[in-house]
Amino acid sequence: MEAHAHHKETFITKYIFSTDHKMIAKQFLITGMIMGIVGVGMSLLFRLQLAWPDQEWPILEALLGKWGTDGIMDPNIYLALVTIHGTIMVFFVLTAGLSGTFSNLLIPLQIGARDMASGFINMLSYWFFFASSVVMLASLFVENGPAAAGWTIYPPLSALPQAVPGSGLGMTLWLVSMSLFIVSSLLGALNYIVTVLNLRTKGMSMTRLPLTIWAFFVTAILGVLSFPVLFSAALLLIFDRSFGTSFYLSDIMVAGEMLTNQGGSPILFQHLFWFLGHPEVYIILLPALGISSEVISTNARKPIFGYRAMVGSILAIAFLSFIVWGHHMFVTGMNPFLGSVFTFTTLLIAIPSAVKAFNYITTLWKGNLQFTPAMLFSIGLVSTFITGGLTGLILGDSALDINVHDTYFVVAHFHIVMGLSAIFGLFAGVYHWFPKLFGRRMNKNLGYVHFWVTFISAYGVFFPMHFLGMAGLPRRYYTNTAFPMFDDLADINVLVSYFAIIGGIAQVIFIWNFFYSALRGKKAEQNPWKSNTLEWTTPVEHIHGNWPGEIPEVHRWPYDYSKPGMEEDFVPQTVPLSKDEVATGGH
Amino acid sequence: METLLIVVISLLAVMALTQAVRIFEISSKIKGGDNDVKINDKDNNTQGWLLILFLVFFFGAFAWMVMEYMEVTLPVSASTHGKDIDSLWNISMGVILVAFLVTQPLLFGFAFMFRGRKTRKATYMEHNNKLELFWTGIPAVVLAGLILYGLTTWTNVMNPENTEEPMVIELYAKQFGWTARYSGEDNTLGFANVRLIEGANVLGVDANDKFAKDDVITSELHLPKDRPVLLKFRSQDVIHSAYLPHFRVQMNCVPGTETQFQFTPDITTAEMRNDPEVIEKVKRVNALRAERGEDPWEFDYVLLCNKICGSAHYNMQLKVVVESQDEFDKWMKEQQTFAEML
Repeated sequence: MEAHAHHKETFITKYIFSTDHKMIAKQFLITGMIMGIVGVGMSLLFRLQLAWPDQEWPILEALLGKWGTDGIMDPNIYLALVTIHGTIMVFFVLTAGLSGTFSNLLIPLQIGARDMASGFINMLSYWFFFASSVVMLASLFVENGPAAAGWTIYPPLSALPQAVPGSGLGMTLWLVSMSLFIVSSLLGALNYIVTVLNLRTKGMSMTRLPLTIWAFFVTAILGVLSFPVLFSAALLLIFDRSFGTSFYLSDIMVAGEMLTNQGGSPILFQHLFWFLGHPEVYIILLPALGISSEVISTNARKPIFGYRAMVGSILAIAFLSFIVWGHHMFVTGMNPFLGSVFTFTTLLIAIPSAVKAFNYITTLWKGNLQFTPAMLFSIGLVSTFITGGLTGLILGDSALDINVHDTYFVVAHFHIVMGLSAIFGLFAGVYHWFPKLFGRRMNKNLGYVHFWVTFISAYGVFFPMHFLGMAGLPRRYYTNTAFPMFDDLADINVLVSYFAIIGGIAQVIFIWNFFYSALRGKKAEQNPWKSNTLEWTTPVEHIHGNWPGEIPEVHRWPYDYSKPGMEEDFVPQTVPLSKDEVATGGH
Repeated sequence: METLLIVVISLLAVMALTQAVRIFEISSKIKGGDNDVKINDKDNNTQGWLLILFLVFFFGAFAWMVMEYMEVTLPVSASTHGKDIDSLWNISMGVILVAFLVTQPLLFGFAFMFRGRKTRKATYMEHNNKLELFWTGIPAVVLAGLILYGLTTWTNVMNPENTEEPMVIELYAKQFGWTARYSGEDNTLGFANVRLIEGANVLGVDANDKFAKDDVITSELHLPKDRPVLLKFRSQDVIHSAYLPHFRVQMNCVPGTETQFQFTPDITTAEMRNDPEVIEKVKRVNALRAERGEDPWEFDYVLLCNKICGSAHYNMQLKVVVESQDEFDKWMKEQQTFAEML
């Protein structure tokens, strides 16, 4: 408590412009949750449209105003909703909300550091994210509507206001917002990398890092290498839109007007975009995998199986993620030889992914599984990671991609493998580290109800979409009624929408549990899950500097659960190796 | 009325949920202790059983979906290369199904078997290099096979061997419609660029190009059976994607760039209409259409736009007809050439 006494904290320095990583983690989490409510809410609106296209929904008129006149959704606003849903979920919820929260909370706590390398840069990272969120939400209220070119904002559609109304001011705000977001993401990532490399406590070698930290560390490296490329793509797009350049534009006549642009290539944008876009998938997924490794090991009361193989597969996945971007572009007319190369590299990712899945499963074998809500979400994550990952073998194969590219098969694939896995990782993290975040406990029964309704409806939403894709149904269609060949898909769409609505409403349980427990939940003990990692050696009450006295020294790896010869079924990292352990080669 | 009902029901559902949540909170308070936050053996038992029940339900639902929903998927491929793609699809699907059906039971089964108990102690196992090698090796071998098969198919699709010269046809995309341009007797398309668009010359074909005079511009795509066609794609405004799902063909139409795709249709529209699967599908669709008082549908091949392109993206289509060479020739004779049009 001494460290605390030195600082005079006002409300503003403590809760708003805080440089304390724990407070910043909470800021990221709550902002991410608010954005999540907006993003998921939008998906419910367009699910109404997809399942009941002719139905008049007063709620649409109430929420969308002139774009929902008489309760019928405007086609352009449908496109805007899918665009902003994708943007918000991918970047604001699953990148900033997930990585921002848990990298910030856990990196200093689990490596034994008093704070991030630069608290000030950390604070800036959050406030750039906040500004970016505000601009993105503001874009929902402009005259011609928000960006509507898909979350991948391919030009020329995103470059020409004549082509779609959302490409006016809405698109400008989207680009401004994403530029701020990239700044936030880079500031955060640099801080994470520097902190992990330099501020590890005595004894915390890289091979003693918890897998969470490995995942956050590699994620940060991916971000630093790939986000600047998105920034340059966005910058060139801003130039094409506002200053008359032709990086992406050539030979275009739109709305009866012949444009003067010549010589640019829309495909260049796709290369730049996916050079970020694919690593981005792993920027989202790796933290979730790191969290689940930690949660599964702790609650199985067993070491994570194959620690080195787990680290190796994270590194392999991260490396491969940079040389597979072309699999998003098999049907752009790219040289078929390149298609072959990208098919080869893409399918290779299945190997480290399989290693991870098998290691998770083997960690459960002969464990003493404690089914906390966090553990259930982690098991759910492994399930969706497998189910969604497997269809990657279809989509990564250029010859097969020809016929399912941009259909609902893709929607099913990436929502299951990336969306659900990452969301489950986020939930697992919140349930597991809630006592560390707020010093209180969440209600487990509400957690169970939340898990089961979410898990079942999540599969209920996305599993049937595989069949829609195999029927040739393209994504981003405002309605499927223009093609009689899709008439018999209506039933499936209704089923999907029902599950979406149930799953959406179920999140009320989580939100209630979260806020109620944060304010009035039971007080947490110091180490509620009997965990080995360092964050549980800090006092329940947050203090600046994390540990009241000396920073603890680390003597062993974090996974000594149920070690033979030990009294308890866990041995914290701070416990020195016994003579026997030294003799048998302890970590 | 129905709408109102659904809104009311949703509201009630939210309210009921909130109340249920409150009851949870209050009852746990009354009970006292750590029962609402700490995990005990009873929880582990219940959740373990729920996990194994989920597995049964999950696989049951999967089997049900395969039985119910496979009928909505695309019928047999109407092109030669499409049949190779479909074989590759079936083999890949087989592989991932096996992996799916093996790993999910392992995951949920182990979760059930080792659900926590006070009396149980977990076994300390750090790693096992033999096992790691095993589950790195097996996927690697299987993938090597899939990659080789996939790349062979891809190369064959992209570089088809020609026994006869393919017929060259241009597909022209703009918001929100398609136009086809046949290359005529010389089988060479006249030069075209959006900058040359003027009046009736909506595709921007160069009237002075000698190859352009016999070009034929049509609003349907007719293809003779068993004749290779080389489709060339142009776009006037934004990126579109020419998607011909029945032929397993897709290629983006990119402004400023020309793309292409070659294939050979081998089932005519008339033959496809007699395919048992298609007959069933048409029946199903028409039953639904009759309910809504819509005209019955007759099966046709169709070209769809499959890249987000603006407000009417969902309705950017072109009718495609595959017919015998004679029927095709007859139809072609009825069309005007570009020279006649001007």
